[in-house]
Amino acid sequence: MSESTGLKAKLKVGMEIHVELATRSKMWTAAPNVAHPDFFDSEPNTLLSPVVIGMPGTLPVMNKEAVEMSIKVGMALDCEIAKKCKWDRKSYYYPDLPKNYQISQYDQPLVGEGEMEIPLTDDPNGPTKTIRITRAHLEEDAGKLAHEGPGGAPIDHSIVDLNRAGTPLLEIVTEPDFSSADEAVTFGQMLRDICRHLGVSEGIMQKGHMRFEPNINVEIEKDGKVYKTPIVEIKNLNSFRAVHGAITHEYDRQIEEWLETGVVMGARAKTTRGWDDVKGVTLLQRTKEDADEYRYFPDPDLVDLIVEDEWLAEIGKGVTELPLKKLQRYMGEYKLNEKDARALVDEPATTRYYEKTLELGMDPKRAATMLLNYGLKRANEAGCRIDEIGITAEQVAGIEALLKDDKIGSSAADELFGYCCESDDTAEKLADKHGLVQVSDTGALEGFVDEVLANDRNAKIVADIEGGKDAAVGALIGQIMKLSKGQANPKMIREIIIKKVRG
Amino acid sequence: MDITKTTLNEMRDAIAEKTVSATEMTQAYLDRIEKYDGEINAFRETYNERALAKAKAVDAGEVTGPLAGVPIAIKDLMCTEYGKTCCSSKMLANFEAFYNSTAVKRLEDAGAIVLGKTNMDEFAMGSSTETCAFGPTKNPWDVDRVPGGSSGGAAAAMAADFCVGSLGSDTGGSIRQPAALCGVTGMKPTYGRVSRWGLVAFASSLDQIGPFAHSVKDCGTLLKYMGGHDELDSTSANIAIPEDLDDVNTRPEKLRIGIAKQYMSDEANDPAVAAALIKAIEIYKDAGAEIVEVDLPHTEYGIPVYYIVATAEASSNLARYDGVHYGHRTKTPDDLVDLYARSRAEGFGDEVKRRIMLGTYALSSGYYDAYYNKALKVRRLISNDFKTSFEKCDAILCPTTTAPAFKLGEKKDDPLSMYLNDIYTVTANLAGIPGISMPAGTAEVDGKQLPIGMQLLGPAFEETNLLRIARIYEAASECSPMRPKM
Repeated sequence: MSESTGLKAKLKVGMEIHVELATRSKMWTAAPNVAHPDFFDSEPNTLLSPVVIGMPGTLPVMNKEAVEMSIKVGMALDCEIAKKCKWDRKSYYYPDLPKNYQISQYDQPLVGEGEMEIPLTDDPNGPTKTIRITRAHLEEDAGKLAHEGPGGAPIDHSIVDLNRAGTPLLEIVTEPDFSSADEAVTFGQMLRDICRHLGVSEGIMQKGHMRFEPNINVEIEKDGKVYKTPIVEIKNLNSFRAVHGAITHEYDRQIEEWLETGVVMGARAKTTRGWDDVKGVTLLQRTKEDADEYRYFPDPDLVDLIVEDEWLAEIGKGVTELPLKKLQRYMGEYKLNEKDARALVDEPATTRYYEKTLELGMDPKRAATMLLNYGLKRANEAGCRIDEIGITAEQVAGIEALLKDDKIGSSAADELFGYCCESDDTAEKLADKHGLVQVSDTGALEGFVDEVLANDRNAKIVADIEGGKDAAVGALIGQIMKLSKGQANPKMIREIIIKKVRG
Repeated sequence: MDITKTTLNEMRDAIAEKTVSATEMTQAYLDRIEKYDGEINAFRETYNERALAKAKAVDAGEVTGPLAGVPIAIKDLMCTEYGKTCCSSKMLANFEAFYNSTAVKRLEDAGAIVLGKTNMDEFAMGSSTETCAFGPTKNPWDVDRVPGGSSGGAAAAMAADFCVGSLGSDTGGSIRQPAALCGVTGMKPTYGRVSRWGLVAFASSLDQIGPFAHSVKDCGTLLKYMGGHDELDSTSANIAIPEDLDDVNTRPEKLRIGIAKQYMSDEANDPAVAAALIKAIEIYKDAGAEIVEVDLPHTEYGIPVYYIVATAEASSNLARYDGVHYGHRTKTPDDLVDLYARSRAEGFGDEVKRRIMLGTYALSSGYYDAYYNKALKVRRLISNDFKTSFEKCDAILCPTTTAPAFKLGEKKDDPLSMYLNDIYTVTANLAGIPGISMPAGTAEVDGKQLPIGMQLLGPAFEETNLLRIARIYEAASECSPMRPKM
């Protein structure tokens, strides 16, 4: 129901999502790829080669890694993977496209039909909805055109940066299965998580690693008749806020427009609009009178791509469990609370690190606690990922073993975690080196106990203990910890004190 | 050593044995170019200093290799780090590449010396080397006549003994037709045999680099060192070059000669061409070959299919020349579209514009199926014709062209008649098979003796056998090497 008009209206949205793949080199040449972390923020026009500039006599050579990454995404979305597909040229003139054609896939996409479940509520185990994937094809990105100089200096001409030209771009197309802006955003976020977990994209929205183009229209019911508004495509949205805003705005705008004009969907009525992030409105870019004239034809410089079963199986090994499934499993199987589970799944590096500690035999709950309490704390302070703070999963498991065997106390564990971040030595060795190992030798502990019991100032406490006051033991333990410089095993001290005092 | 009488292999051996020096050979060619090329215009530019420096290095033993010291010419659409690569177009009049064509690089690595770049039809679009931005090339046999095209400069340079081997490219006959018209041997290898990296594209699925030489063996030698897989070209075949590729004097393992009625029309063929064909059949009979009749029923569609496929690909390949990133840019454009339109209008010649328009039309929505898609289907039929024929024979014998060289300007304003020049050559490009044209004597026209050519077409990647079959004709016909009086 439309709030503003009171009409019964159903939103219909399909999405086109462009994902820049984080391969090392570009789609058709060995030139470095700006979407790879090593080349983020490169100076303009430094990631070039004769192929990128579209120089005469140059030829494209397919980047196998980009194909593998695309197939991974396809597999994660339960899509069919083509056994054979081809490359086509899509012709249009623009200065950010040096060849004036884009190598893409027209009628034989690498990735075919598939589907993805999206949760309809915040509860990861709550109700879901199936979004059908139409296809996903691989192509090359274009460069960037700028109309002002560096630092916003005014110029009387346009300038072009071709760093992004030739970056592998996977375009994922869905069926018009979204009936709300929330659903579209959830899908986008999940897709981003999937791509990051598969390691195919860094998914940094500000860098344009993912760009969304929703196709929106509304089905309005009035007097028993259904009216479909013309489809509007919103170009190049690169934040979830923009996706949400554009869809919401279009919904209201299209209903209002229909009330005003009564125009419904026709064969040639698809328009393109842009999103004004500041004003929060969509603006008309162009009306398509005719079908686009891209003069697609098979690229004669390239050969068909054949996907052998063996290769597919090999790629399949790299398709990890999807983030939502992980979240559900962490909460179900490992009994983690939702907050901890989400914290572990949020960053793929953390997830991989966590699962490595489990492979080393750590208890899932204790590993989670240790990583979240000791590890993420340090990573956040250093502004890096948990796998970059210096401690290995083996060292984490080592700390856990020391804890389990009562060789160190929990406060020492945090300290030891810190030492592990700075040294390659085993946790045990470092605990020894830094004197963190607890004294569990009964003789030595009895010596400490005797010393405090003999102290006159403790007479009242000893009497309390004798009288059955367990809480009083703590005060003596504290003194012994001080005497032993924190190395005494508090559990054993307690037992010894009680035994000695009460007999 | 007399450079007007030698072959590439003879010169190579003489330099290797130090009977002659690479420097004196290189100098001799440069002198001859200096003396005669003002009239012929075979070269667009020469690299005298660079060539002589390398020749000296060869003589000093600093540069070695199987082609050490052999002076060659390359066509003006092969990119090199030195000099310009203009494709005989105003569009690229000042273009300097900063990468090397794989074929050229391989020959240079083998020790060959590049004397210069030869003239051609603009972007290889033409059959007469008249559509050039820098003036036409003339046929050394008769300077009033064309050398053929598009590799006319490369063929003329061989005929005029400006080099001992040269490279051309063949999209619809652009090596074989000028070879025939200039009285030299020219070969189009199998598609995928020679890397296209660094070869400025005309029609990517048809373009193939190949050699011009004064003998069949020389063609084999050049192909041997420039061909083979190249990871920079996805369409280059991953098939090794046979070691014995230039061992042409060995009797071919397979020697069944196919004759197709589609190539024997007395109406189309000049009487001298028809006579040469009959003589060639006799030569093969005498050599013990089985003569087989084959049928190539779709030959007549070769030209229309070619002009759809080639122009469609060209319209896309040449889209990059827009005045934005490199090449000719119009002065003071009004806006972006004006920049595109005027840069292209000024930079391209008429024939290039004609083909871009044809190709754009063929690929347009609503026409794609009727033209481009249909052409692809017929292309397959043509290819199948050859496949079927090669089950019965090992090479198809036919003329290279119907007639000897025509006069400069004669067909320039009659594109259709110009396009028909390729009637016997285009189908090999459409099918991707190798073909070789050899001198087959002369035809007398207006009191002048003009070369004609005989062509052999073979199955894909069977160049070794094809060259051996060709050598039989070459040896028995005694037609080559043939040289004009300069």
